[in-house]
Amino acid sequence: MDGVNSFLDMGGYAATVWPAYGVTLAILGGLLVVSLRSLSRRKAELAILESQRERPRR
Amino acid sequence: MPSFLHSLASPARFQRIANAIMPWAVLLTVGLIGTGVVWGLAFSPPDYQQGDTVRVMYIHVPAAWMAMACYAVMALLSASFLIWKHQLADLAARACAPIGACFTAVALITGSLWGKPTWGTWWVWDARLTSVLILFFLYLGYMALAAAFDDRERGGRAAAILACVGAINLPIIKYSVEWWNTLHQGASVFRMDGPTIDNAMLWPLVLTGIGFNALFVVLLLVRIKSELLARRIEVLQRARAAGRS
Repeated sequence: MDGVNSFLDMGGYAATVWPAYGVTLAILGGLLVVSLRSLSRRKAELAILESQRERPRR
Repeated sequence: MPSFLHSLASPARFQRIANAIMPWAVLLTVGLIGTGVVWGLAFSPPDYQQGDTVRVMYIHVPAAWMAMACYAVMALLSASFLIWKHQLADLAARACAPIGACFTAVALITGSLWGKPTWGTWWVWDARLTSVLILFFLYLGYMALAAAFDDRERGGRAAAILACVGAINLPIIKYSVEWWNTLHQGASVFRMDGPTIDNAMLWPLVLTGIGFNALFVVLLLVRIKSELLARRIEVLQRARAAGRS
């Protein structure tokens, strides 16, 4: 347990190290999630448009 | 345009190449960033002056490298769009901007967190920090300009010109620590006389550095694919609207 605590304590600089890694994960992970979501949303939208095009309305 | 670039610039070929690269880029991203971060946080030694705060370096420095590399890619794509008017170059440059903005934000925020215990302040208006802040605003300006016109082409051209002019900021960032007396330390990896940083710290930094490059490739491919779909949707919607009237 002591090893874990001293690791989390980061030599007294926990307030510097952990937020830095957290912010990085939040920003870059967030960008990846947003980008993937917009990709799948557009894929779905395009599928609908193309299926409509194949069956032209009379 | 050189024929190699031309063939790459066809959307169908791009999709094929992107699909071939993607799994490798994902693998490198996860493997290298994972290994580098664990190594940097748990196994690399604390700095003799800075203690454990030095562990911020393993993400701060790669983020700053990518902030600049992404801008260089965006500026080159913008220049080729202006010269050859190829749509895929415009589309790829647009895909770069938010990625670069995010890497720059990471560099600025982690740098600020690191600055507090090391320099005693979150922020100082020295040449390095200010020029990187300007880089951030260049990305935002590019995105705003690219979306500001109803005519996509005009927006793309205006933004591309801004991207090319703004490229002058890259050497300013790189040499800011030599040209001016800054609080920010000088280069310790990319130096003419080789790295001055100890191997125990250099290795995890190299791993996260290459890992961040791979992450950039993943993000870029996803965003270009998405932009291609958006264009296709636009074309179909316009065709449908024209068919109705």
